Amino acid sequence: MSASETAATSNHGGPGATTEAGPLIEARGLTRILPGLVPVTLVRDIDLEIKRGEFVAITGPSGSGKSSLLYLLGLLDTPTSGEVLVNGKPTHLHSEAKRARLRLSTLGFVFQFHFLLPEFTVAENVMIPMRKLGRLSHDAMRDEAVGLLSDLGLADHVDKRPDQLSGGQRQRVAVARALANQPPVILADEPTGSLDSKSSEQVFEILRDLVDRRGKSVIAVTHDLDMAARMDRRLHLIDGRLAAPPAEGV
Amino acid sequence: MPLILSIALTHVAGRLRQSVVSVLGVTLGVGFSIAMAALMEGSQHDFIATLVDAIPHVEVTDDQRDPPPPPAATRFDAVNVIGARPDDDTRGLRNPVRLRAMLASWLPGRMAASLNGQAVLRYGGKDVAISLTGVDPAAHLKISTIAEDMRAGSFLDLAANLNGLIIGDGVADKLGAGLGDTVAVSASSGAVRRLKVIGLYHTGVTQADDATGYTVLKTAQVLFSRPNAINRLSIRLDDVNAARAIAARVERMTGYRATSWQEANEGLMEVLVVRNIIMYTVVGAILLVAGFGIFTIVSTIVHEKSRDIAILKSLGFEQSDIRRIFLAEGLLIGLVGSVLGSGLGYALSLTLGSLTFEVKTEIELTSLPLYYSPVHYLIACAFALFSAGVAGYLPARRAARLNPVDIIRGAA
Repeated sequence: MSASETAATSNHGGPGATTEAGPLIEARGLTRILPGLVPVTLVRDIDLEIKRGEFVAITGPSGSGKSSLLYLLGLLDTPTSGEVLVNGKPTHLHSEAKRARLRLSTLGFVFQFHFLLPEFTVAENVMIPMRKLGRLSHDAMRDEAVGLLSDLGLADHVDKRPDQLSGGQRQRVAVARALANQPPVILADEPTGSLDSKSSEQVFEILRDLVDRRGKSVIAVTHDLDMAARMDRRLHLIDGRLAAPPAEGV
Repeated sequence: MPLILSIALTHVAGRLRQSVVSVLGVTLGVGFSIAMAALMEGSQHDFIATLVDAIPHVEVTDDQRDPPPPPAATRFDAVNVIGARPDDDTRGLRNPVRLRAMLASWLPGRMAASLNGQAVLRYGGKDVAISLTGVDPAAHLKISTIAEDMRAGSFLDLAANLNGLIIGDGVADKLGAGLGDTVAVSASSGAVRRLKVIGLYHTGVTQADDATGYTVLKTAQVLFSRPNAINRLSIRLDDVNAARAIAARVERMTGYRATSWQEANEGLMEVLVVRNIIMYTVVGAILLVAGFGIFTIVSTIVHEKSRDIAILKSLGFEQSDIRRIFLAEGLLIGLVGSVLGSGLGYALSLTLGSLTFEVKTEIELTSLPLYYSPVHYLIACAFALFSAGVAGYLPARRAARLNPVDIIRGAA
C-alpha cells in the first residue's frame, strides 16, 4: 500500500524524528525496583541502544525481567533510576500525558494476547490510535487501516469483529494496530507466545518484514530461542541484568 | 463521533441490562421529583391564592411601627424623661383624601378605605363579639373576593341599606340568627344600633366566618362615634409578590404601618419554606440513590474493562482520556435518564392533574393543584446529571490510575 511504503521511505516518526545515525531508543543505567516490604528488583543497570532497522530479541528465563525491560523501554513503566532516551531525548522528566503522546506517535505495542477491543470491528480497532492522534480525516484513517490490514493478509476481515477471527489473525490485527500511527519502533511482548507454530511463523515473518522492508526497529521479548536466533541481535537477561547470551554466535 | 464517546457507548451498550436499570433509576428519580415539585408548588400556589384572596395584599392601619417618643424627649436630648406617657392621639388615618391621592399616583393596584372596630352582636340573648368593618361596598368589592363567598344575599345590597349587616355564616350559627333577622350591635363606644342581617358569607377561613361582619362605612362611623374617620386602607395589588416592597414604600411615605400579606402570615410562610426544604431533600435523596446505581455500573465496567484500559494506555491514551471515558459513561446514563425522566414527570403531572377527589374540608379541593415550571425540570435534571457525574467520576478516577503494566502482567 502506498501509505505504508511512504512510511518506509520517509522516516515518518512523529515528533522529533531522529537522524539516521543516532539510536532510536537508548537506556542508561536503567533500574526498576518494585517497592514494598521486600523490594523486588525487576531490572538493574541496563545500558543498551536500539538502532533504526534493528530486530532485537530480549531473551532470558522466566522472571528474569524481560517484559519489565520492554515496558520500561516502551515508557509504559517508569524506572526507579536511570533513564530512557527516545530519539536522543531524555524522557524521565516527562509528564504522564507527554509520555502517552510519545507512545502514541513513536511506539507500537504488541502483547502476548491480542487485547483487541471486542466491541469494535477489526478496522475500527486499528483506527483507534489514529483517531486518538487525530491527524487524518475519518476516510483517510479508514483507508490507512484497510491498507495495513491488507498488507498483513487480512483484507477479507476488516469489518469482522475480533471474536470471529482465529488467534493468529487476531495477533496480526494487533500488529496492524501497533503500526497504525507509523511508529518507528515496535515493541512486542511474547508476540507468538499464545499461537500455534504456523501462526507463530506467520507473525514472525511479518515482524521480520517490518524490519527488512519498512525500516522499523522491532524489539521482541521471547523465550523461543530458535526464533531469537533468527533476529539481528539478542539481549539476554539473567536476574534483571544483561548477560552474555548462551550459545552466542551459533 | 469523538473516540472517547464511542468507546464509552460500547461499554454502556455491552452492559445493556444493567445500564437500562440505571437509566430507569434516574428516570424514576427525575420523573417523580418533577411530579412532586409540580404538586408541592401547585398546592402552595393554591394555598397562597386562597389565603391572599381572603385578605388584602397590603393593609395600611392607623398604627405606627414605632410609637412616637413623648414630646419632652424630642425637645431636650440631654434629659432622660421618666414616666412620660405618649400623647393621646386621635385615632384613625388622618386626611384620608390626601393619603389616597398620594398613593393613587403610583400604586399598581386598587384600594379601599374602611373603618374597623370591635362590636358585640346580640340576638335572642346570645352575644357574639365580632370585628366589624364599615365599608364602601362597591369599592370593597374591588379589593376583595367576598362577593364569590356570599351564601345568601348580595354584598352590594349593603349600599342601599344603611341598617344592613352582612356576617359570616359561623357568626349567624352562633347567634341563631338568619337572613332577615334584626340583631342589636353594640360598639365599644357604647352606641347601640339595630341592624338587619341582609347577607351571609362563607369564605372557608374559620376566623373570618366565625368572627367578622360588614356594614356600611357611615353606619360604622356612627357606631364607633368616629364621624368621617377611617382607620384602614386595604390595597389589592396587580402583582401579589410585590406586596412586601410596596408595603415598605407605603410605610416610608405615610408613616403609617403597612402590613403585607406575607408579614401578616409570617408563620405560614415559614411552614411553606420548611415544606420546600423537605421536598428538595426527598428529591435529592431519590436522585442520590439513582447515583448509587450509576456508581455500581460504572465501577463494574471499570473492573470488567481493566484490560481494555491497559491496552488503551499502552496505545497512547492519557490518564485524562481514560477518566473522560468513564465519566462520559456516568453522564450518558444520567442524560438519558434525565430526558426520559422529564417525559415521565410531565406524564405523571398530567395524570395527577386529571384526578379528582372528594375532600370534605372547609376549603373544598376537587382536583390536585399542579404548577408547571421549567425550573422544576432544570433542577431535577441538573441534580441528576450532577449525581451521575460524581457517580461516574469516582470509578473513572480509579480507572485512570490503573497501572497498565500490572494489568498486562496479570493477564499474561
